[in-house]
Amino acid sequence: MLTIDNLELSITDPDTGRVSEILRGNSLTLAAGEALGLVGESGSGKSMTLQCVLGIEPPGSSVGGRIELEGRDLRALRGEELRRTRAEDLALIAQNPHSVLNPVLPVGKYLMEGMSEARSMPKARARLRSSELLRSVGIEESERVLRSYPHQLSGGMLQRVVIAGAISAQPKLLLADEPTTALDVTTQAEVAAILDEKRREAEMSMIFVSHDLDLAAAVCDRLAVMRYGELVEIGTPEEIRDAPQHEYTRELMNARPKLHPEEA
Amino acid sequence: MPQSLVKPSSRISVVAGRAHRRLGTLGMVCVTIIAVIVLTTLLAPLIAPYGPYEGSVADRHLAPGVNHLLGTDQSGRDVLSRVIWGARSSLLGPLIVIVVTAVLATAIALTAAWYGGRVDSFLGRVLDVLFAFPNILLAILAIAIFGPSLLTASLALAIGYVPYSARVIRSVALRERNLPYIAAARMQGIYGFVITVRHILPNVWPQILTGMTINFGYAMIELAALSFLGLGVQPPNADWGLMVSSGQSSLLQGYPEQSVAAGLAIVVTVAAFGYIGERLGGRRAAGRVR
Repeated sequence: MLTIDNLELSITDPDTGRVSEILRGNSLTLAAGEALGLVGESGSGKSMTLQCVLGIEPPGSSVGGRIELEGRDLRALRGEELRRTRAEDLALIAQNPHSVLNPVLPVGKYLMEGMSEARSMPKARARLRSSELLRSVGIEESERVLRSYPHQLSGGMLQRVVIAGAISAQPKLLLADEPTTALDVTTQAEVAAILDEKRREAEMSMIFVSHDLDLAAAVCDRLAVMRYGELVEIGTPEEIRDAPQHEYTRELMNARPKLHPEEA
Repeated sequence: MPQSLVKPSSRISVVAGRAHRRLGTLGMVCVTIIAVIVLTTLLAPLIAPYGPYEGSVADRHLAPGVNHLLGTDQSGRDVLSRVIWGARSSLLGPLIVIVVTAVLATAIALTAAWYGGRVDSFLGRVLDVLFAFPNILLAILAIAIFGPSLLTASLALAIGYVPYSARVIRSVALRERNLPYIAAARMQGIYGFVITVRHILPNVWPQILTGMTINFGYAMIELAALSFLGLGVQPPNADWGLMVSSGQSSLLQGYPEQSVAAGLAIVVTVAAFGYIGERLGGRRAAGRVR
């Protein structure tokens, strides 16, 4: 469904003219309904890969290679076509939900806007649907939450709102960029579980970026390990865990905090 | 909305309290002065003792007294009445200027901030060219072409004010536009126009309002100057700038009432608007630091 072919990204510093290579010719494919975890340390190019898929790489970037979603070249989309694809086929769940919502508007506006403005759903229906969506991500007091402002809600609550917004269009591909990193540990598990459940229900594909190998293994069908802008290994969580092929993957496995150190 | 549950009377006091905190005591005095001036203007037919054109040359240069509180001018017209009637065009002109300026400047600033890149550079250069042109000169040019009138003078001044306002609004809009929630809205596929109007505009509104308040004072002075030069409001209409100018000869003959009264009206109004504008702008800047 999604094909990334030989993706390269380099960024030129506008002041010094120095070119840094961020991604070095990575290829991967994603089947319909499949969840792929992109794992690796900070700066390995996980988030940049997502940004290239969405076409929001930082200024001064030059991108090579192809990214195709169901045969359409995502990088070649412009104007209305690009807007429509973003509105209907792609959804981003960012790391910090507080930065994603306009601080001066109630969160209901955020949900309704995506439906009524981007996908021209009638306002009244969008309102009802917002409430439904919130209940479906486990927010019981949906009416109160719809009227709340972002600063009145916890990070976990807000991230659920963002997830509700992301699944509202039934997009083909969810792009989750460290969706639980900004949350505390107990909420992390809940939010990850909700995301996993919703994704499976609607059979959406997902790229799940995380530095947490165990979390990624729990919600993904396959894992792709990245280092220094290169994809070093790709396989099912079991393969990665039981028989890591690459030296770096083994290091990454050993770097996990252990619950029972004597087992290692 | 929780505000609608508050009783109307206490709602007024809440608003007044908030305004007082924001503007200070002197600011509230300024607001009162402006309110009185605006009310007087609207109620001119009821308040003014005489009509703006009423009077005979026989009564020229009467000293202030019971019948004419501020005396009469060279044509025997009541000065107080003419100051009251004259407030109309003296306030209308600057109002046209600030509204037209705000609309044009906001449109240009938001367009430049949203598209960035070449569009931003192009609009920036256009504003630079306008910047280099003195306002009064632009106004005189427009008047030379379209003939002297309040509307021509106001529109020409408004165009001269656009670059100043547009620069300020653009810089604020640019900061807002680069926040992550705007990027998130774009990722949702929301139209650029909708994002600009619904998310960016409300956040630059305080700057627009401050600019309008400060511009009002400048516009009033410059329009008065144009009227004084005979390029704005034409006699025998009552207008403060025009009154200052037509009082010139009387002033030399020792009858300063007309010029002084109209001049004072301009100074008080400009000072009141200026103070509120500075206060709004300054308060906001201070609020950012906290």
